[in-house]
Amino acid sequence: MSTVFIALQANEETRPIIEAIEIDNPQAVVNRQPAMVKIDAPGRLVIRKSTIEEQLGRDFDLQELHINLISLTGNVVEDDETLTLSWNS
Amino acid sequence: MDMKVTKKKLGLKEKYKLMTRDLGWDTTYQAKEDVFPYVGYEGIKIHDWEKWEDPFRLTMDAYWKYQAEKERKFYAIIDAHAQNNGHLNLTDARYLSALKIFLQAISPGEYAAHKGFARVGREFPGVGTQVACQMQAIDEIRHAQTQIHAMSNYNRYYNGFHAFADTRDRIWYTSVARSFFDDAMSAGPFEFMIAIGFSFEYVLTNLLFVPFMSGAAYNGDMATVTFGFSAQSDEARHMTLGLECIKFMLEQDPDNLPIVQNWIDKWFWRGFRVLGLVSTMMDYMLPKRVMSWREAWDIYGVENGGALFKDLARYGIKPPKGWDDAEKAIDHMSHQFMLGLYQWSFGTAFHSWIPSEDDMNWLSAKYPDTFDKYYRPRWKHIKKLADAGTPFKNYGLAKLCQCCQLPTVFTEPDDPTLTCHRETVYNGQKYHFCSDGCQHVFENEPEKYVQAWLPMPQLFQEPINGDLGAWMEWVSLRDGKDNGDYAGSEDQQNFEAWRGLATTNQ
Repeated sequence: MSTVFIALQANEETRPIIEAIEIDNPQAVVNRQPAMVKIDAPGRLVIRKSTIEEQLGRDFDLQELHINLISLTGNVVEDDETLTLSWNS
Repeated sequence: MDMKVTKKKLGLKEKYKLMTRDLGWDTTYQAKEDVFPYVGYEGIKIHDWEKWEDPFRLTMDAYWKYQAEKERKFYAIIDAHAQNNGHLNLTDARYLSALKIFLQAISPGEYAAHKGFARVGREFPGVGTQVACQMQAIDEIRHAQTQIHAMSNYNRYYNGFHAFADTRDRIWYTSVARSFFDDAMSAGPFEFMIAIGFSFEYVLTNLLFVPFMSGAAYNGDMATVTFGFSAQSDEARHMTLGLECIKFMLEQDPDNLPIVQNWIDKWFWRGFRVLGLVSTMMDYMLPKRVMSWREAWDIYGVENGGALFKDLARYGIKPPKGWDDAEKAIDHMSHQFMLGLYQWSFGTAFHSWIPSEDDMNWLSAKYPDTFDKYYRPRWKHIKKLADAGTPFKNYGLAKLCQCCQLPTVFTEPDDPTLTCHRETVYNGQKYHFCSDGCQHVFENEPEKYVQAWLPMPQLFQEPINGDLGAWMEWVSLRDGKDNGDYAGSEDQQNFEAWRGLATTNQ
């Protein structure tokens, strides 16, 4: 199965986001590199607003992800609650 | 009595519809094809522009909000970098060669991409597309500006940063990136999207920015990490736009497939050649290296690009024609490139150097099948010449590829001991190429590429007339300061002296 990934800057704002991604995607592998964190997952990765809010302790708009986003792959589907990356194959 | 009613916040989809789709209008007193005259001639058939979706559904109000936040973060760090002598935190001033190439070749490319997206945003009839292209046009000019601003801090202290605009227009190695963007900008709107939005942003940009910015982080360059990540946060949106754009074209009409495939073949190869410069940065120019060019290619080329083309296979798309030749070149290209840069270093506005014994051991560990066999002996020979006081300089002019404009320094895909060279005769003139990929691009559009400005023929024209000193003046290259070997350069001496001052009380 093809790998999807999302890469985020490593900073205080993304720490709880990365924790939330780990909770929602137990199959994901978190690679910590200088200044950035790259999260790989087989085929599919889901980012949930509600899980981020629990980790963050405040309201979170999924579009805030743009500020600390470095790169991603896969087909993107976003609505108010989730952002999903997936390959169809 | 007025009742206080809490206004319900619009959902993402509803907001996108209101603030993007509803901004569009139909023409009334002019025919639509007269208002959008360039959208048909490439042969791409679009039946329903409403099917174009931005998966992030970013609207202009949210765009300004998040971009402003990115700018605040960026300038906070740039100020701190300037106020705290950030340039002395570098691992070594050799690192700056990578930055100089970036400023001279890549930042002007950002500006070119800005112009291109401003243009295609006007030329596409669909409003979703127009808004997405407008955002990207603003992103690209922001990248050019923040990069120039961040690197201006280095211009105060080091050589080679002072004349990047002249360098971009006139020096030889920057014409590689310049011709890439000029080629895209002079193509039709759909081809431009495949060139920049898909091939460059989606397939190749990770290979440029991600290792480059990690490289900056490894080498203590806070300013570049900051502009890099600030730009890269936009790239994720650009990549997504590029992927949506190609899916949109393929879903609209089956006749679009062969046209799109041809552009993918062309622009993958064009982009791969431009990124060859990055291979030298990763393998040679970073004093503290992150990963080899081979390792980066395995992650972002093979794994990621492979997944992408597997996904697109459902539309009938095949991996780009040059894919296998690219794979065969990976273990050779950085070495062939760096040997070229070293021998022509009298004509580069950055420094190159002979790799140290430690560096060569690292390279042979990363390239076990190629480095010791083909490249270490050449570096050892060059070192011997330098030690004898007769450093190897090639004052002959490089033969340039008519398509990618690189010197033809690469070898045959299946024979690393034989230089690859191709020729095509067109209208009685002979044209040279570095590879099958570049020759194919030329032969598909010869009338376009026979017009290419090439830096070597320029040497024999006004105002240079074959004089090397006149050429240096014309490209704003200060002999003995900006060019040549790093060993003994002003940059090396100054960095060591200032670092000494910063860590002692002398």
